[in-house]
Amino acid sequence: MIGLLSPIKDVHSERRLFLARVVMASVVSLLLMGAVVARLVQLQVVDHELFAEKSQGNRVRIEPVPPIRGLIFDRRGRVIAENLPAYQLELIPEQVHDLDDTLNRLAVIGLIEVEDIPRFKDLSRSGPRFKPVTLKFRLTEEEIANFAIQRPRFPGVDFQPRLVRHYPDGALVAHAVGYVGALSPEDLPRLDPASYAGTSHTGKTGVEGSFESDLHGDAGYRHLITNARGREVPSDTSELLDSLPVDQTPVPGANVYLSLDLELQRIAAQAFEGRRGALVALDPGNGEILALISSPSFDPNLFAVGMSTSQYRELSENPDRPLFNRALRGAYPPGSTIKPMLALAALETGATNLTRKSLCRGYFQLPNDDHRYRDWKPEGHGPVDLHDAIAQSCDVYFYEISGEIGIDNMHDYLTRFGLGSRTGADVGGESPGLVPSREWKQNNFRDRDNQRWYHGETVIASIGQGYMLATPLQLAAAASALATQGKRYRPHMVAAVEDALTGERRMVTPERLPDVEISNEFYWETVIDAMHDVMQGPRGTARAVGTGAPYEMAGKSGTAQVVSIAQDEKYDDAELEERQRDHALFIAFAPLDNPRIAVALIVENAESGSGVAAPIAKAVMDAYLGFDDDAP
Amino acid sequence: MLTWGSMTMRLSETQRLFASNAVPMTSFSGILRRLHIDGPLLGGLLLVCAFGLFILYSAVGESNRLLMNQAIRLGVAFVAMLIVAQLPPDFLRRWTPWGYAAGLALLVLVLIKGDVGQGARRWLDLGIRFQPSEAMKLAVPMMTAWYLHDRQIPPRLGQLAIIAVLIIVPTLLIAKQPDLGTSLLIAASGVIVIVLAGMSLRLMLGLAVAAVPGALVLWNFMQDYQKQRVLTLLNPDSDPLGAGYNIIQSKIAIGSGGMFGKGWTNGSQAQLEFLPERDTDFIFAVLGEEFGLLGVLTLLALYMFVVGRGLYIAVQARDTYSRLLAGSISLTFMVYVFVNTAMVTGLVPVVGIPLPLVSFGGTSMVTLMAGFGILMSIHSHRKLLPH
Repeated sequence: MIGLLSPIKDVHSERRLFLARVVMASVVSLLLMGAVVARLVQLQVVDHELFAEKSQGNRVRIEPVPPIRGLIFDRRGRVIAENLPAYQLELIPEQVHDLDDTLNRLAVIGLIEVEDIPRFKDLSRSGPRFKPVTLKFRLTEEEIANFAIQRPRFPGVDFQPRLVRHYPDGALVAHAVGYVGALSPEDLPRLDPASYAGTSHTGKTGVEGSFESDLHGDAGYRHLITNARGREVPSDTSELLDSLPVDQTPVPGANVYLSLDLELQRIAAQAFEGRRGALVALDPGNGEILALISSPSFDPNLFAVGMSTSQYRELSENPDRPLFNRALRGAYPPGSTIKPMLALAALETGATNLTRKSLCRGYFQLPNDDHRYRDWKPEGHGPVDLHDAIAQSCDVYFYEISGEIGIDNMHDYLTRFGLGSRTGADVGGESPGLVPSREWKQNNFRDRDNQRWYHGETVIASIGQGYMLATPLQLAAAASALATQGKRYRPHMVAAVEDALTGERRMVTPERLPDVEISNEFYWETVIDAMHDVMQGPRGTARAVGTGAPYEMAGKSGTAQVVSIAQDEKYDDAELEERQRDHALFIAFAPLDNPRIAVALIVENAESGSGVAAPIAKAVMDAYLGFDDDAP
Repeated sequence: MLTWGSMTMRLSETQRLFASNAVPMTSFSGILRRLHIDGPLLGGLLLVCAFGLFILYSAVGESNRLLMNQAIRLGVAFVAMLIVAQLPPDFLRRWTPWGYAAGLALLVLVLIKGDVGQGARRWLDLGIRFQPSEAMKLAVPMMTAWYLHDRQIPPRLGQLAIIAVLIIVPTLLIAKQPDLGTSLLIAASGVIVIVLAGMSLRLMLGLAVAAVPGALVLWNFMQDYQKQRVLTLLNPDSDPLGAGYNIIQSKIAIGSGGMFGKGWTNGSQAQLEFLPERDTDFIFAVLGEEFGLLGVLTLLALYMFVVGRGLYIAVQARDTYSRLLAGSISLTFMVYVFVNTAMVTGLVPVVGIPLPLVSFGGTSMVTLMAGFGILMSIHSHRKLLPH
């Protein structure tokens, strides 16, 4: 059948046709290969330089090298913050087979906490798989030893040496110096991304926070040969190494010298042992902060090292609020500590004079009002002049002249002493406090009746109660201004900044603030003499503390009501809850003729300014002036 | 791999077996002829393979184990070539329809109960694991040549239609696995037969025009990843970390190689893992980076020599079946080389076709070498056959 359908094959024409087609196919093949060759010439000859450059960029990655953070010293060169090598526990996600299982088992042997597992899971999944995730920033010797034995059970988990911020005195300096903590997303907007590329921690509070830009330094960078996944490859091929650009070494952060005296700090802290409160000591001659205590405190190393969720909760939910910086942020009614300032205001404005006397019967009444404004001494002080009113802290005297001073003058003079606004100290995080005024009341109350300023409010303002609030730092600054007869300096803690490489020191010049101007120098002397008598006069409220001291000092006690006592209610301390008792305040400075230290402090719920707070002030002044028993 | 020592030992055994033969066994060419081996083709293939192993050593990160692995595969493939070379073309032709039918049956079987690997159903496990599509690479051109053997060429339109069916059925079966690269190669090997058989150029032109709507139909058949590859070719920079990454990196590798290359095992693109699939589909870029234009042209020249020798054998062949088959095998090899090199240099879309005889992996190697065995058989049996 095939024979019938197909004609006899013509072998010769078939060979010719086939040859022609092979030739044609060869030509097409050569054209195709020609296209490939042309392409190769284009890539390898014409555009060679472009691709050579691209391949270089492909394999060289720039890795930031974090700088070493500057050290912090106290005024005598004692280390307050340093960097210590520590072993931290790290997990490399790509080397871990079963992340859940690994984290669970780490929790079982107590290296991490169960609550933190979800956080670590997120961290492990968010970054590059080869980038280590830190599970614990500092391992104890015991933990290292334990883990070393267990390590084979945890592939991908290992400990690595790193530099960790360390505060040798821990809680003692926490509120003064602040702390560093792990960089968080909130920190990023204010930081220079280039400089912080390799940095894991940043200053959060205190000097660590406010001098971050000096302490941090500048990141360097190095060039790495990497593979396509960004991982560094060990480069034993010299050809690759030679072609690398030059690395940039990081610039270490500057060392910071504080005016803080660690020893004074320690003595003050010991005095606050078991108490809630705060203390600030200043050098009135230049505004240097000599001591700054907020009690209870916390271990700032916990933040530098990183703490577990439960540790943080324990700190943040503690009813004594150890994380709260009372010295800077604690706004308390200043109580009678403002009396010396008001006395100056009264003298200057003519509201009183040096000879005017009042008869104190233990209470004061406004005309046409049967409300009794009590004196702290129920039986009264009898006849008192201004000097007595300060030395014995007579409230009635100030109640009586309050109307003549007026709230406007009170606000004016207290503001000149720096109350009611942030001192602008370099530690940062201050609360502004409050000195009330008509304007303030107008703006801060919605109810029309409440927007008015009442005479009664002026009366209680004259003993530092009511709306008035001040921080211990503000009171210390005000005490300094009293000590210097009106010369004011901005409080500051950093005395010098030292370049870590050259050792060159930049001294911080004390910043002079506008003086408190009082026309008659005798007014100053009268008020300061009255404050001297508070501590060392025959009838002073704190004479028990100051009498017999080898140097002359001045002070003023204060008591701040925590809850207002209703009229005619029986006043019984014992029935009040401990936390509702009055706060005890004290301001002081010494020596009298040439003040070198001014102190302000508050002891919460301690009731008696002269009984509890004054001894602490004296202890600190003793220590600083070299009159304490264990002075060197 | 066979060493020359063991080869000579084998030859001496063969010598005894064929002692009565008239061909003198003293000369080297005589030995080759006795073994039905074409000397120039063997030489070309050995050079390509040797060069390939050299590049592969660098591409697999200087691993001796993987290199040995590949050398053993090459050895097996050469043995397959040697065996196939012994089968006379007439014998191959007689068994062609059966082989084709069996191949089709296996393709259907693989779609029903094949093993799935990397999202495709390509493997069949019948005692030994193999890809039926590999067998079809030879079976399709053989079947097409078989059909035309008794007929006057150029084929008439009706005959072309029948051939079209013979080609399209296995092509679609393989495309469905899915294995687009292999199915296109198989279609090409069949089409090459009818082009060589003298299909009118006007008809080819007409078909080419008709191919445009055909391409649209094909587009609809393509998997998303295949469509992506085509789109990526058109604009690789559109997705530099995704689909375009391969092409960008291989262009950087080749381009940075320059005229003379960065030196053996010194290609930063390849050694630092920027180049994906550097030991398989993209090994040509390793060659381009480390040996430069010079190395690339050398390999292409060796390939062209092999193709040229194959076409010479085709022209010298004595019957229709032999010359069509030989021509198709040679030109399909050429298509392999072109598609891979054009893909790696970014001229055509990324199609999963390895660089023949050089890329790591042995599946297609045996088929390729068996094809060269057929060429050798055609050439060496020619004088023994009655004209």
